[in-house]
Amino acid sequence: MIASVPAAILSAALAAVPAAVLAQGYAGLGAEADGDFAVPQQGAALAFPGDHLPHPDYRIEWWYLTAALSAADGTRYGVQWTLFRSALRPGSDTPGLPGDTRQVWMGHAAVTTPDAHLFDERLARGGVGQAGVTEPFEAWIDDWTMRSTAPADADPLDAITLTARGNRFAYDLALEATGPLVLHGDAGFSVKSPAGQASYYYSQPFYDVSGTLTLPEGDIEVTGSGWLDREWSSQPLSGDQEGWDWFSLSFESGAKLMGFGLRESDGGHFTSATWIAPDGTETAYGDGALRLTPGATAEVAGRTIPVEWRVELPDEGLDVTTTPLNPQAWMGTTFSYWEGPIAISGSHDGHGYLEMTGYE
Amino acid sequence: MTRTALMALLSHWRRHKLQLATLLTGLALATALWSGVQAINAEARRSYDRAAATLGQDVLDRLTAPEGVTLDQFVALRRAGWQVSPVIEGRIRAGGTPLRILGIDPLTAPPQAGLTALAGDNDIIGDFLSTPGLLLVAPETAAQIGDADLPPTRIAPDVAPGTAVTDLATARRLLERQRLSYLLVASEQPLGLPPLSDIAELDRRTPDESTDLSELTDSFHLNLTAFGLLSFAVGLFIVQSAIGLAFEQRRQSFRTLRALGLSLRRLMVLLTAELAVFALLAGIAGLALGYGIAAALLPGVAGTLRGLYGASVAGTLAFDPAWAAAGLGITLAGTALAGAQALWRVARMPLLAPAQPRAWAMASARTLTAQAGGAVALLLTSAVLVWVGEGLIAAFACLGALLLGAALALPPLLIGALRIARPLARGPVGEWLLADGRQQVPALSLALMALLLALSANVGVGTMVGSFRTTFTAWLDQRLAAELYVTAPDEAAAARVRAAGDELADAVVPIWSVDVDLRGRPGSVYGIADDPLYRDNWPILEALPEVWDRVAAGTGAIVNEQLFRGTDMTLGAPLRMAEGWEVPVVGVYSDYGNPAPQAMIGSDALSRRYPDVPRLRFAVRTDPDQAAEVAAQLRERARLPDQGVVNQSEVKALSLRVFEQTFLVTGALNVLTLGVAGIAVLTSLLTLSGLRLPQLAPLWALGMRPRTLAALEVARTCLLALLTWALSLPVGLALAWVLLAKVNVEAFGWRLPMHLFPAQWIGLAGAALLAAGLACLWPAIRLTRLPPSRLLRVFAHDR
Repeated sequence: MIASVPAAILSAALAAVPAAVLAQGYAGLGAEADGDFAVPQQGAALAFPGDHLPHPDYRIEWWYLTAALSAADGTRYGVQWTLFRSALRPGSDTPGLPGDTRQVWMGHAAVTTPDAHLFDERLARGGVGQAGVTEPFEAWIDDWTMRSTAPADADPLDAITLTARGNRFAYDLALEATGPLVLHGDAGFSVKSPAGQASYYYSQPFYDVSGTLTLPEGDIEVTGSGWLDREWSSQPLSGDQEGWDWFSLSFESGAKLMGFGLRESDGGHFTSATWIAPDGTETAYGDGALRLTPGATAEVAGRTIPVEWRVELPDEGLDVTTTPLNPQAWMGTTFSYWEGPIAISGSHDGHGYLEMTGYE
Repeated sequence: MTRTALMALLSHWRRHKLQLATLLTGLALATALWSGVQAINAEARRSYDRAAATLGQDVLDRLTAPEGVTLDQFVALRRAGWQVSPVIEGRIRAGGTPLRILGIDPLTAPPQAGLTALAGDNDIIGDFLSTPGLLLVAPETAAQIGDADLPPTRIAPDVAPGTAVTDLATARRLLERQRLSYLLVASEQPLGLPPLSDIAELDRRTPDESTDLSELTDSFHLNLTAFGLLSFAVGLFIVQSAIGLAFEQRRQSFRTLRALGLSLRRLMVLLTAELAVFALLAGIAGLALGYGIAAALLPGVAGTLRGLYGASVAGTLAFDPAWAAAGLGITLAGTALAGAQALWRVARMPLLAPAQPRAWAMASARTLTAQAGGAVALLLTSAVLVWVGEGLIAAFACLGALLLGAALALPPLLIGALRIARPLARGPVGEWLLADGRQQVPALSLALMALLLALSANVGVGTMVGSFRTTFTAWLDQRLAAELYVTAPDEAAAARVRAAGDELADAVVPIWSVDVDLRGRPGSVYGIADDPLYRDNWPILEALPEVWDRVAAGTGAIVNEQLFRGTDMTLGAPLRMAEGWEVPVVGVYSDYGNPAPQAMIGSDALSRRYPDVPRLRFAVRTDPDQAAEVAAQLRERARLPDQGVVNQSEVKALSLRVFEQTFLVTGALNVLTLGVAGIAVLTSLLTLSGLRLPQLAPLWALGMRPRTLAALEVARTCLLALLTWALSLPVGLALAWVLLAKVNVEAFGWRLPMHLFPAQWIGLAGAALLAAGLACLWPAIRLTRLPPSRLLRVFAHDR
């Protein structure tokens, strides 16, 4: 996931509210970071639990949870829960309805099954209380919540509950972390382009998940692993970047990999990766160490999308192929993208999540 | 051989470029008008579908509270999972006119008019959500409010006139409100929500007039379709005359080609292919033209539909390949129809018969008789259908038979009229003019039929629209007799309205109703006061004696026309309005635009049966000049929401504006149809001008100057046009009568009284003369410039 979402989300969250605007797509993606917004600085140390809360002086921020799950009969599922914050102008909103909205919130929730991809979307303005992130830790939009259940002396994200519901699905999950928070890039300063665009980026990739999915066919008890991403920035993609491919992979060895590639208009990939040992020790890899090669494609929502990938990180002896649980995991929300659970095979086996944006 | 034959056939068109142009123009015009109308209808239907699919705001349930809804209640419902969206609605004065402010939350609102104006422009969206905010208004509204002290405006053509769509916070500031007017409830809600009443104490209301848009707008589209079909028919007349002439003139070539060994089958294939290619070429041109017509008319249509029915139709046109294919298909079908007769004649042409060029379409007496016979049969069919036919199909068949019969009857009637006029002629020139006119009728008959159809359609549709307008405005006057209409949100407010009204106004008359199944359909019964408001004004169509006394006493009820006609009621028939309560129907009143059954009875009688129904609506009588002032006072004293008091004059003004817009569209189509008929006359005259030289040359030889001859040509054409106009009047009126008395009743359940508009007819006579005059101008001018040698040659070639 990439710090360029701001412009796109801003355009989508507001302009695209009426369906007619969908066609606008990525208009305005190349916009410059506004001088009024704060910009991530290398060397600034992240501090918790404070940095779990919003950073309203930055243009864009998210609380992004994905989980690869399975039922007792072996059927695999995927769950996504995301809260985006997008600022029109820097600064917190005055409570109530004062008429100078600064923050706009957007929620995406989805359940992926082998033959269905159910999703929904919520939007809200800041200040009125319809959405936000507050202490004791709770992130919410409408009745979709991510709430801390951790003891007072632990990190609030060590244990959380997660709920969302749409017209055709709902879920209620409990997540418990079995490892520490992981900082990407240089202690959480994650570079996105050769020109220096960057974000603050950390994860909690060690969740054990259990709970209930409610689907049109009934309730299903599930267990699995979850991965939370936290990221904030003000800098959009550089002008020659078209979209990104992002992977969160959990291997049977207990090791994990976060990797992304930003697709440049000349066909190249700007890549970045974090290898996470089973004990949470992280190793950051800069541009070029991770190799992403698109494989088989599928027709999804009227476009051709590479749903299979070869992921290589020679420094860690990794050479795997990913295949989607459901190639049609398209988030047809106002800001649309592909997001779904994947299976990993090759030098390592396991499960994970894949996000792909910018495929027009 | 095929190639040679093709060259021979096509060479005809090289030599007769004008004929080719006629053929292509006729086809293109027919296609253009037909497909233009289809494009408008399709666009409107797409809009209805879109509205239905995207939770049209008018049909969404609303959550309200007497004092308004609080922001906390909204947030509490959202946090419980309910998909609701807040609205603040009210009125302010801007630039001297009232402006309705519709404050919405763009982040939770269902898709809505105006918001597309924000699309894709981040700065604009930021402005919309910030102070001072942004007002989205229709262009005419922007002009009206001018430079009033308001937030900046942005043009959104799909916002209803007189309304500004803006952000919730901006609306709250402009209207100086704290609370929300209501919450819209999305029609689809997430799984497993807690009950509404557990979260907030709000009333859930389904909008009363849940009218089916397509049902209401059908009449409008019916009009347009009828116009399109008529224009198409008129265009086909041009095509048929052009094809007929071309085939007639090529008889010699056909015979020669056949004698050279070209098989009949191959000749037919070639001729069919030739027509198909022409149809395709003209069809494509026609589609382009039709698209242009539709694009030009659509904004007017959109305005009409929005104002009249509240239907939001996009003012811009999308290109639809299916529409283009259908347009081309109908062109091909029309060409086949128009060319069938000519092809059939070629097929039956005896190979060795002398290929003498017959004067084209010079119908024999036998043809005339056959036409007259066909006309009588068709008109009789039409009359029979009027009496025994039932249903829309029968009504349309009746219309079709009427128009076709009238068209067929035209030539014999014209000849008859000219014959009758003979004694009026003075001198040989006058006699010749009439005799020549008679001789011309068969040749011109197709063009004149086209003119007749166009004129009849003008008379018919003009009468229908005019009747509708007259009736509707009179009905509005009757139904909206009170100056103000007040709706109170609850009993307490209703009491305040009564108290304030007694002081401020001449009378406050309660209007209240109960929902009851009337003859098996959900309808409503109104309890009405015994007041001059009803006795003097109510639009009663039929009634038994002492109807108002009986209604007031509760011993009789009056029903709307829809209920009356829909269930084949008679006066005096019993109507059940509650368990064990039946009263006779003593009268019928008109209730245009309401699809549901309705009845009225004295308030006391109804409240005995339904004692617990709250009375929240009132008609307020006051001096019309004071109405606005009283309305403002009522709102303030009774603490009513802005939409709680409706000023009758505003409603009427809006309705009338809508009607004028409707006239713009029908008027434009009228002119277009007439124009096509004019072109039909022109092309016929042009093709005739060469053929008529043998008739004119002797007159010239007798000493008549070409200028005089040309003047006589113009006079003759105008005479024929005038006669055609005279015949079109009864046809048009019959058409209007069928539309009003049959089609309307079948389609919508109410009958409109027919009004006559003689001034319109005179205007139409002028238009017919103008069309015919313009059409014969060019042939006449050509005649004056004819070199004497051409006229002399007639005698040289005389057989």
